[in-house]
Amino acid sequence: MARAAVPGRLSAGRRLEWHVGQLADYRDETPTARTLVLDVPDWPGHLAGQHVDVRLTAPDGYSTERSYSLAAPADDGRLQLTVQRVPDGEVSPYLTGVFSAGNPLEIRGPVGGWFVWRPAEPGPVLLVAGGSGIVPLMAMIRTRRAANSQARFRLVYSVRTPGDLYYATELGHPPPGDDGVDVSYVFTRATPEDWPVPPRRIQVDDLHAEGFSAHVQPACFVCGPTAFVEVVANMLVGLGYDPSRVKTERFGPTGG
Amino acid sequence: MTEADMTEAEMAGEYEDGNALAGPLREIFAVDVTAAVGQCVSCGLIGPIAILRVYRRAPGAVARCPSCDAVLLRLVRGPSATWLDLKGIVSLQIPLPVAE
Repeated sequence: MARAAVPGRLSAGRRLEWHVGQLADYRDETPTARTLVLDVPDWPGHLAGQHVDVRLTAPDGYSTERSYSLAAPADDGRLQLTVQRVPDGEVSPYLTGVFSAGNPLEIRGPVGGWFVWRPAEPGPVLLVAGGSGIVPLMAMIRTRRAANSQARFRLVYSVRTPGDLYYATELGHPPPGDDGVDVSYVFTRATPEDWPVPPRRIQVDDLHAEGFSAHVQPACFVCGPTAFVEVVANMLVGLGYDPSRVKTERFGPTGG
Repeated sequence: MTEADMTEAEMAGEYEDGNALAGPLREIFAVDVTAAVGQCVSCGLIGPIAILRVYRRAPGAVARCPSCDAVLLRLVRGPSATWLDLKGIVSLQIPLPVAE
């Protein structure tokens, strides 16, 4: 079945249940981040920006949960999560290293109905990612493409080094459906060769672009570590963006 | 909860946001509550649950107002029950799906 845009249902009226998914495939995005492709029977569909809770249970019955953003629209019951390995984490080293094809994983979702983008929305849309905060924003770009949306998108992606970029090929050599998605990068520790500026943190100038300024009131989605999100959200509001159109999602300290 | 009751994580400013409560709340409610709009009892701020500052190193989750820091919501999951304290929120306006 072709990749289909899943209608925007939040599966209301049904409480959340755990599903058992199986690893179908994986792709390493960086040396420390892996995209898991999971088959989850009876998946109800999801919206771009939503996340899932994942539960691991040890043989002795101890169990622990983590939340991960969905990285792409569902494809015939197939989900994609991108997991960053957190050193000394409890869950992420397993998911990015040990978890193998056919292994089961408990998943519930989709959850979160606020930090979401629906293809029916006309745009423009300004996405600002810090590090692994790219994941739900990539889901929005991929959902836009799957839905043949003409909404204008702009992504500002801040990462430490070029080697830390997720989805580097797809963003660097965008498929035809991504005409209308403008991507720019901020490197905070090391830049590619011939990069015009030295490594630095994101600044107000990085957020300016023709067609996405405050007076056109784009829908803004900012995702990343808490401090990054605070800084960027404050910059946007300071530039005159409508605070009610600046949606944020922060990665907390829950320890991978 | 007073300043003296804040955990280390809270004092260090290590928080997530209300988006992180979507799973635990969907376990008990049939609709997504993070998109619901509430009002802070303490300062009157109006906004979605998704923007609250959530501290999860406590035994459970504590959600504070991003404007005045008042505790708006507490959620503790036990083996056979969930405790939900909403006394910091005046009311919730919950979006309902429109019949298609």
